[in-house]
Amino acid sequence: MAITVNGTKVDPPGDMRVSLLDFLRDDLHLTGTKIGCNQGACGACTVLIDGERVLSCLTLAAQADGREVTTIEGLAEGDALHAVQAAFVDHDGLQCGYCTPGQVCAATALLNELRTGSPSYVTGDLTAAAPLTAEEIRERLSGNLCRCGAHNGIVSAVLALAEART
Amino acid sequence: MSTLQNVLIGSVRTAVGWLPEGWLPGGRPDPLIGRHGAVGRQSALSDAPEKVTGAARFAADVAVDGLCHAALVHAPITRGRITRLDTTAAEAAPGVVAVVTHRNMPRVDSPALIGLSNPSAVGNSDLPILQDDRVHYNGQVVAAVVAETQAQADHAATLLDIGYEVTKAPTDFATAKASARTIPTLLYEPTQRAEGDAEADLSTSRYAVDAIYTTPWQTHNAIELHALTVIWEGDRLTVHDATQMIAPTATALAKMFGLKRENVRVLSPFVGGGFGGKGFWDHHVIAVAAARLAGRPLRLRLTREGVYRVVGGRSQTEQRVALGADAEGRFTALIHTGTSVMPPYSCSPEAFTLGTRAMYRSGSYLYSQRHADMAVVPNTFMRAPGEAVGTFAVESAVDELAHEMGIDPIELRLRNLPEVHPVTGVRFSQHALDQAYRDGAARFGWAERPATPGERRDGEWRIGMGCASGSFPYVRLPGASVRITLHRDGTAAVACSAQDMGMGTATVQTQHAADRLGLTPETVRFVSGDSDLPPAPAAGGSGQTASIAGAVMAASAKLVGELIRLAGNASPLAGLRAEDLHFDRAGLVAREDPARHESFAAILARANREEVSVTASGAVPMEMFRYAMHSTSAIFAEVRVSDVTGEVRVTRMLGSFDCGTILNPRTAASQFRGGMIMGLGLALTEETLYDERTGRIMNPSLADYHVPAHLDVPPIDVIWTGIPDPRTPLGARGIGEIGTTGVAAAIANAVFNATGKRVRDLPLTLDKVL
Repeated sequence: MAITVNGTKVDPPGDMRVSLLDFLRDDLHLTGTKIGCNQGACGACTVLIDGERVLSCLTLAAQADGREVTTIEGLAEGDALHAVQAAFVDHDGLQCGYCTPGQVCAATALLNELRTGSPSYVTGDLTAAAPLTAEEIRERLSGNLCRCGAHNGIVSAVLALAEART
Repeated sequence: MSTLQNVLIGSVRTAVGWLPEGWLPGGRPDPLIGRHGAVGRQSALSDAPEKVTGAARFAADVAVDGLCHAALVHAPITRGRITRLDTTAAEAAPGVVAVVTHRNMPRVDSPALIGLSNPSAVGNSDLPILQDDRVHYNGQVVAAVVAETQAQADHAATLLDIGYEVTKAPTDFATAKASARTIPTLLYEPTQRAEGDAEADLSTSRYAVDAIYTTPWQTHNAIELHALTVIWEGDRLTVHDATQMIAPTATALAKMFGLKRENVRVLSPFVGGGFGGKGFWDHHVIAVAAARLAGRPLRLRLTREGVYRVVGGRSQTEQRVALGADAEGRFTALIHTGTSVMPPYSCSPEAFTLGTRAMYRSGSYLYSQRHADMAVVPNTFMRAPGEAVGTFAVESAVDELAHEMGIDPIELRLRNLPEVHPVTGVRFSQHALDQAYRDGAARFGWAERPATPGERRDGEWRIGMGCASGSFPYVRLPGASVRITLHRDGTAAVACSAQDMGMGTATVQTQHAADRLGLTPETVRFVSGDSDLPPAPAAGGSGQTASIAGAVMAASAKLVGELIRLAGNASPLAGLRAEDLHFDRAGLVAREDPARHESFAAILARANREEVSVTASGAVPMEMFRYAMHSTSAIFAEVRVSDVTGEVRVTRMLGSFDCGTILNPRTAASQFRGGMIMGLGLALTEETLYDERTGRIMNPSLADYHVPAHLDVPPIDVIWTGIPDPRTPLGARGIGEIGTTGVAAAIANAVFNATGKRVRDLPLTLDKVL
């Protein structure tokens, strides 16, 4: 089997104990994926597997076998920024930039979750599609910590994207 | 920090006070003040595209061939000595390259402690670093293991067999407080200041409040883990670092390892958050030494727990604030005293009384603070050191007094605003906190706040509003230098070793240099993050922007002379002197006759030069001695407090700032918000917990130390007066830390307004509110 990373097939690591985070950073040199805690508390290592977000520090690389991993480096096509990346720039949704790849990946998955109608903890009516509110977005991004305090910009970037898609 | 320093600072103040204003930097306002150029426009962070695509290379991201990895071993005891040390099993573990302990660590001196008397000092601690068998605090590094992979290093680090002899250490605050000491100087001020008999005046005041306020230990918790990638090539040392003090780090490493300064290069183009925590710590020295021992390039990236063990945070404080007022609400007595922790091997005095000294006038006052010795990882400066927690105490007390008097807390503050600095008697360079309050109150809807606590309710939720003042001093650090290079193609580069941790340093200085040199921002490049460039001071004290701006002013003045020399007699500018000229339209223009203009490109072409380059340092920051210079703010918060659980939710905040010219509204608003969110964490969730029996930090993780998450952060409105400070470059004062000041008090005051419950102990957790 093989793991597809940003469209390229790669062999899984020989050592089955290697986390997806270490595999991406150390073996594939995809250092856009960041490490902030190595225990699933900060969200800096968020990547997408088959379009859904995972914490790569808590995921074994072997678990991605036969699946498609998308990292921050794989979001954009060519030189143009991905819509989520562009929105973060436009809304000043970053400062130091360290949590940013995780926030962008989480936001990308979040937009898919909203589209498919999957509810969150704050969704009131589980029988209908989750409403596009700042509260929904804040809840769904709360696993991604930011210490510089770019929260308002991040939420407005994602809200603008979510509204544009409806 | 010494008594001598107090005398020196006092003498300079006096001497500077006699000089005519025009002789001083800031004596004549910067001509760029009030000009509508690139400065003042919204501009996105210049490096945002690299950050959102993952292309930005942080210190632990740099690819190096033959890299090995290090893991640290931390002492599980608090004080004592190592009595048994067996490295055999670790050395035999797979992939291990070297085990570094005090036995084989190269002999290095400890760094000099950070202090005013030595601007190049970087030490947060002057304890020996792996030099002997002694342990001074819990978590101190006792060994490092170097291996082929991080996993191998982490594993081998668990195999060290170390035995300890434990000795008694001060680990509880109540005991340590009893023998706390008073140091002569708090950063730039005498520790003790008194006028009149404040205790006597307090006892005879018409109205009085007198209470103890406590604030917890805090940890910076930048999301980026501290990391170095170290490369030795003979006697040349290259360090990819995560640091907010690039040039000072290079200087310190050169000194400690006996290298020529020009053979040490520290690179830190991206820093994943600093907040005071990304200074110089033991891991720097250990990584550089371990790489030398291993004979290989080496990476040391601290674990999150390692950050808590190696890098100290903000000290806990216990503060007394007492306020007396007459029938009209004028302060008759103001007492702000208390204790924070500063072990003798550290340097950060958590100067929580400094802000208060500039905030209010009072008939009499007493300011003093003491420092307790505890066996802790050396505490250090954390965003708005002193003021962040000092404003919690004093601004809570003002709210308490207003409640007792039955007047609006904003009104009480406005009645006691100082005309001049209340302690030094020095004039303010610019001060419009009254306007900040009026603008903020109107925009926030302060008039809707019920004066009586506990009147607004929505189901189980009680609703309240609070406000508080913030204050942070202006600093322009001496020694900042920049190199300006003009190229024949009409572009310019401005270079220095500045650090950009996302504040927008490069973005704003690009805007600034464009205006200064008569260029457009698109034709200016700001280069930084490299110790080979002209040295800039550390990013600290909210002073980097003003410091670099002062250097850009000096270098651009020097550039005029250089261009005149190159222009020669065939130039339309021939015969004009530097003072007759100014920069405009990508060239020099005669002040009296704008038709006399020559572009940089034309001057360089005629002189047959590809470029012209000048380097200069900013003028000595005498304005800081001549004037009282402070950024100030009025912070507003609205909270909902659950009757059932005691949970506090902040529903909205507003910061109204008076910080001089705002150079880039977009990045500035983000800076203000970021500061306020750190204040929100201080108010509600953050606390580094020491086990007072053992002196060990119990919650060294982001799972157990709660920084505000998205759901905790409400919409934050930010406004400013925008009144330029006539005494600073560009009219700007620092904005990086002021946002954090005042917030905790505003939230605590809002909780009181919602519930009638006064909590004087941060953070405002559920148990204290119920």
